[in-house]
Amino acid sequence: MPSNNHWTEVAMPQLAESLVSATIGKWLKKPGDRIEQYEPICEVLTDKVNAEIPSTLDGVMGEILAAEGVTVSVGDIICLIDAESHEAELSPAVEKAQDIGSVSQATTGKDVSMRTRYSPAVQSLAAQHDLNLNDIKGSGLGGRITRKDVLAFVEQRGEAGPAAVSASPFEGRNQQVSSEPSPPLGTSIPNVRHSGLHLTESPRIPTIEVEGAGTGRSEYYIDVTPIRNTIARNMRQSVTEIPHAWTMIEVDVTNLVLLRSQLKEDFKRKEGVNLTYLAFLLKAVVNAIKDYPIMNSFWAVDKIVVKRDINISLAVGTEDSVMTPVIKRADQKNIAGLATEIEELARKTREGKLTLDDMQGGTFTVNNTGSFGSILSYPIVNYPQAAILTFESIVKKPVVINDMIAVRSMANLCLSLDHRILDGVICGRFLQRVKDNLEGYSQDTKLY
Amino acid sequence: MPVMEYIDAIRLAMKEELARDESVFVLGEDVGVKGGVFTTTKGLIDEFGEMRVMDTPLAESAIAGVAIGAAMHGMKPIAEMQYSDFMLPATNQIISEAAKIRYRSNNDWSCPIVIRAPIGGGIFGGLYHSQCPESIFFGTPGLKIVAPFTAYDAKGLLKAAVRDPDPVLFFENKKCYKLIKGEVPEEDYTVPIGVANLLREGQDITVIGYSQPLHFVLQAAEELEREEGITAHVLDLRTLQPLDREAILEAVKTTGKVMIIHEDNKTGGVGAEVSAIIAEECLYDLDAPIMRLCAPDVPAMPISPPMEKFYMLNKDKVKESMRQLALY
Repeated sequence: MPSNNHWTEVAMPQLAESLVSATIGKWLKKPGDRIEQYEPICEVLTDKVNAEIPSTLDGVMGEILAAEGVTVSVGDIICLIDAESHEAELSPAVEKAQDIGSVSQATTGKDVSMRTRYSPAVQSLAAQHDLNLNDIKGSGLGGRITRKDVLAFVEQRGEAGPAAVSASPFEGRNQQVSSEPSPPLGTSIPNVRHSGLHLTESPRIPTIEVEGAGTGRSEYYIDVTPIRNTIARNMRQSVTEIPHAWTMIEVDVTNLVLLRSQLKEDFKRKEGVNLTYLAFLLKAVVNAIKDYPIMNSFWAVDKIVVKRDINISLAVGTEDSVMTPVIKRADQKNIAGLATEIEELARKTREGKLTLDDMQGGTFTVNNTGSFGSILSYPIVNYPQAAILTFESIVKKPVVINDMIAVRSMANLCLSLDHRILDGVICGRFLQRVKDNLEGYSQDTKLY
Repeated sequence: MPVMEYIDAIRLAMKEELARDESVFVLGEDVGVKGGVFTTTKGLIDEFGEMRVMDTPLAESAIAGVAIGAAMHGMKPIAEMQYSDFMLPATNQIISEAAKIRYRSNNDWSCPIVIRAPIGGGIFGGLYHSQCPESIFFGTPGLKIVAPFTAYDAKGLLKAAVRDPDPVLFFENKKCYKLIKGEVPEEDYTVPIGVANLLREGQDITVIGYSQPLHFVLQAAEELEREEGITAHVLDLRTLQPLDREAILEAVKTTGKVMIIHEDNKTGGVGAEVSAIIAEECLYDLDAPIMRLCAPDVPAMPISPPMEKFYMLNKDKVKESMRQLALY
């Protein structure tokens, strides 16, 4: 351990209200690296999100106290940062003065308002030892003479006659005790979570490690990551609590395909983001939700809570997980705005940069399952929402229109619903409205 | 010696007393088949049967009343109040009957009941699952009140309470159930009622408290010693009625600076009585005004998480108060 004072300790921050610990994912800085304030120093994994911990000051990275994969309680020290600059130039004497803090300031500073306020204990001791209290320096608040000042004075006088006593009651003992802090008597305090009525053990957060085929070749193990664990828990909760029902509708998106291919080049050039089908779909879904607000609700046992804001959770998959970042107040955004937001959230998901705020408040989920080639899927409702809608692959098909066969671009929309809240009729009407909205896109459709 | 959780220590105490004495029985809401909402009585009905581990209707006054009647007839009931918040319908039985039977009958009758009730908040329980009702019963002569903090004391005090010839209120802290672990002997032992326990020795300040806040006090004391060289003398009252006056005065005299801490509100709480004892008995040993750190005087624990956090004590609040007292 460094003994100099200019080492600053970096503690695990409280990343969310309910969080009591987090696992160190990866150290982005090595001891000796220069760091600027707010620069990320390490990645941490929680069961909600992965986050980066920024440095709280400029300096040089010191010792790393929490290794990668270790789970650290909120508030525990994870590393040291050397905040060199002006503090390093201070002489040891000044540092020492700083070390004992407000105690010495109280005596050397101007505040002596408590200098002549003697406590009963001080007066008793002064009378007992026949002391003149003016001879004693006060180390307490406002220059107050404390009981310990008097005792120290008596002890010192016993050895070396009347003399000034130490300015700080804690000075000196600091070093001596730090080496062996005495354990509390008669009890041991385990390190456990301290929020909520969690009487069951919290799930183990393992390190992400694949056991190779060295021992057995027939199978190998993948440890469950916190994110995987969360997905599993949410899925299980949804499937066990929500009675699911499912329905599907086929939509003719030929006009939409034409419209998009006409606009997309221009849009990319102007806005710098891709104009995806998903943006059009979201607009169609949001407008349909406005007409059928019950889709935007959740079950609360004795009532159904209908949310006024339409916040669309967007399922974004990566190789090994799926996240549902939220487009807040999607009803107040136009197609261009939705396209921009989709791209932004997809990028943040891929880069693992989603914040807790990005993940919260969703009221209805949309999954673009067509993006990985599905033509039909049976989604699980994103608990506690009422329904989830998937947008399947756009496929060219022969379709009968006015007794003639035409080649049209067709896509399926699948809807899983909480049957406690929603029934077939309302969902059928909702899907029909989404279909109407999608088929209603034409050359006149405005993006802005 | 096995290390066990506070809740397991309480269960073990009941199990041992049920096995030791035929007249001991447990009654309360959901204590039987369900094994208690916190699992405190789990498994007891399987071992001792439904005649000795009884599920009762949701009627606290009846639970206390039945227990009192059985106790007067020679039984040793352990009555559980599911949460101490629900105990209030039984206050008439407890204060007007149980506490007074020996006195009223000129020693012809006695009432050896134990009433167990979980106290305390910080579990997101809101108004009616978080209260600390110690002060309601505290000023009632004839009742004994214990509130253990360690797992060792939880077992030892509950066994002592069962064997005590008079009514004992056993306030167990629900936040401690899984939080506090410690060595608990598997053999028979009791912790005497009315004796405080010194948790930690120190020279700078004295902290007097009971139940769960002592967890924060010990954490803060350890940090203050390590970081600033401030040492704290920590006394666990363990028994609230009768208070261990000698231990309180001795702890005060060690440092002259006293902080009293509890989760119950400040006004009219146990800390008020402790500070009155100190003021009466050892004014001339005081080196600083007596400090009390307690829950604020608001009607109840808020349900909103940030407000609950504000209401509850925590290590940082405790540490800062201890530091202020040390610097005074």
